[in-house]
Amino acid sequence: MLSRTAENLYWLARYVERAEYIARTIDATLRVTALPAAYIGKTNEWESALLTAGVSASFYETYQEASEQNVVEYLAFSPSNPSSIKNCIEAARLNSRSVRTALTSEMWDTINSAWIELQEVWGKGTSSREELARFLRFVQETSLRFDGSAYRTMLRNDAYWFSRLGLHLERADNTARILDVKYHVLLPEEEHVGGPLDYYQWTSILRSVSALTAYHWVYRETLKPWLIADLLILNDTLPRSLASCYSNLVRNLDQIGVAYGRQGASQRHARGVRNRLEHSHMDDIFQHGVHEFIQEFISDNARLGEIITKQYLI
Amino acid sequence: MAIAFDEMNVPGGDLRPAYRELSRWLKETPPDALEYRRQEAELLFRRIGITFAVYGDAEAQERLIPFDVIPRIISAKEWATLESGLKQRVRALNMFLRDIYHSRDILRANIIPDDLIFQNPVFRPEMNGQDVPHDVYVHIAGIDIVRTDADNFIVLEDNARTPSGVSYMLENREIMMRLFPDLFARHRVAPVERYPDALLSTLRSVAPLSASAEPTVALMTPGVYNSAYYEHSFLADKLGIELVEGRDLVVKSDEVFMRTTEGLKRVDVIYRRVDDDFLDPLTFRPDSALGVPGLMSAYAAGNVTLANAVGTGIADDKAIYSYMPQVVKFYLGEEPILKNVPTWRCREPKDLSYVLDHLGDLVVKEVHGSGGYGMLIGPAATKATIEAFRDKLKREPEGFIAQPTLALSTCPTCTASGLAPRHVDLRPFVLTGSKQVTIVPGGLTRVALKEGSLVVNSSQGGGTKDTWILDE
Repeated sequence: MLSRTAENLYWLARYVERAEYIARTIDATLRVTALPAAYIGKTNEWESALLTAGVSASFYETYQEASEQNVVEYLAFSPSNPSSIKNCIEAARLNSRSVRTALTSEMWDTINSAWIELQEVWGKGTSSREELARFLRFVQETSLRFDGSAYRTMLRNDAYWFSRLGLHLERADNTARILDVKYHVLLPEEEHVGGPLDYYQWTSILRSVSALTAYHWVYRETLKPWLIADLLILNDTLPRSLASCYSNLVRNLDQIGVAYGRQGASQRHARGVRNRLEHSHMDDIFQHGVHEFIQEFISDNARLGEIITKQYLI
Repeated sequence: MAIAFDEMNVPGGDLRPAYRELSRWLKETPPDALEYRRQEAELLFRRIGITFAVYGDAEAQERLIPFDVIPRIISAKEWATLESGLKQRVRALNMFLRDIYHSRDILRANIIPDDLIFQNPVFRPEMNGQDVPHDVYVHIAGIDIVRTDADNFIVLEDNARTPSGVSYMLENREIMMRLFPDLFARHRVAPVERYPDALLSTLRSVAPLSASAEPTVALMTPGVYNSAYYEHSFLADKLGIELVEGRDLVVKSDEVFMRTTEGLKRVDVIYRRVDDDFLDPLTFRPDSALGVPGLMSAYAAGNVTLANAVGTGIADDKAIYSYMPQVVKFYLGEEPILKNVPTWRCREPKDLSYVLDHLGDLVVKEVHGSGGYGMLIGPAATKATIEAFRDKLKREPEGFIAQPTLALSTCPTCTASGLAPRHVDLRPFVLTGSKQVTIVPGGLTRVALKEGSLVVNSSQGGGTKDTWILDE
């Protein structure tokens, strides 16, 4: 397929995934900030929402204060924030138009309808929490529909695999960012200092990656930072864990390698990252430092993006 | 202006046979059911994203072309005449282009004045003496036809460069079949679905000799911001070929390749929807980023077929148009089956003075204009506009032609105040391959939605209709 088509599919999947992630971040933050001050203390959760979205620096170029209104506007609707939900959906739609021939009509319909709704219903943003909640649901449903229609209707060929690469790479980055921003609440096992503040922070981490219920199924335990980190980093059965994202990345890259009869740097690099995840244990990671581990992962993941681009997309 | 011919009702209230069943159906169908279907159709068009861009209209960067749910119906017999006329005309167009870029017999026979060719900005000296595979220049022609009475279909314009609109022909049919299955069941409508297949075989058949047995065909678009981008992606999809932009292509050793995830892949035939001027910055406009450096040298080396060929603009030029009857006679020795609109060439002093005396009755068009821009419709124009045109004509007579205002036929159309006659034209698409000329029975009917308006262009508020060719 055309390199440009592959590139557009890859970015299309990334944008849709990112839009959903930003929506989840806002949603999780809203829940925490709705708690009485006695539970959450004086922390500014909106600040940390900006950090997990990776847009803190650019935010303060425009705004003075990380208030709910400012942050929601910036994360969800701002045209000057390249990763705002609005911009993600617009970019996804532009990419879709460029590669319509590689999309199934169901996928196009999902993106195009979402884009139309964005213009018509959400053009002026939201003016109440109810509206915001509806908007966030709309974004998450769009992503679900898009993902579902891709899964159910696309031929299993390179077009599919490249879009999956974009999705898993973006998802791995998102999960890693959450962990990185919240690593300070993921304390070593021995220290049971978790007060209500920590508890709700942990809940919000799990909510951001829609893994709150999954946690209970996997561990049958009360929330413990050690196990949360284990779930999000090493547990292959959780679709948003780093391990699961890399299993998928390796598999999709292998499928491309087999179809093209050629392996390359991206296959090797992805395998390397997956093997490290497979052979890591949480105690080692805590020993080594969660922050350092995650930082390394984020840069390895970004590196994979660069290698894929060089090998296939240009 | 004469009273327009109505394609459904003849004066006196009788129905024309092709419309009998439709008329009966319309009587049985309550008006709000039609309105409901119309809204449904619009929703479908929007969701599918069948849009076109209007240049310089930031508000509506992507617009829907209004769709009218009442089909336009043409009988089998009428179509048979049209079809043979179209085939004849396109054969002549191709022979004319080959001649102009080779021996120029028609110029030596003094049928067309030399300067109309050589001074013409769409004439491409790069094509002089250049052979194109199978001598086909216009692989895809869109011939604009108007009807003036029961017997006369008249050619208004030959689109020999990159005619668009075929996606509407196909999508209009899809949507009609979805919305009005019962109406189809009551007619025998010739199918148009075959068009993408016919186009692909046409394009494959004209591959260069150096191509493999399975030639690779690609469709080249200027990109998502082009007004016809929807059509480009639609066709590439239906044909199962890559939709490429200039940046996806690269020329090496006079061969054209596309950049793929598996490396470079040779391209043999390019159905290009990019104008000549933008094809190759090394040959044409150096400031254009839409094209492919070196494409023209690969073309000259015979390693790639461009469809349509470079330089075909000379055949759809409005000044050349007026010579088409002679062109048909000259190359085929036959009488033209389809008539031309009588045309005054303002470059000729006698014609000019006639035109200046009758501006209020005529349509005056720029020779190189398109899309309904820059024209004067005398009967509908204000005095001031007419005077402004008079000045333009005097200053640059060779830039204009004039034609009588034709009474374009009308078809029943849904309007805010119920069914009403509106003027229509028709653009059938003629495919020319190495061995045969193919016309899928149908075409794009454009309809002027404003009462009395003769302007059917989509950029000027025209709409479209499904065009039914009845099978006996």
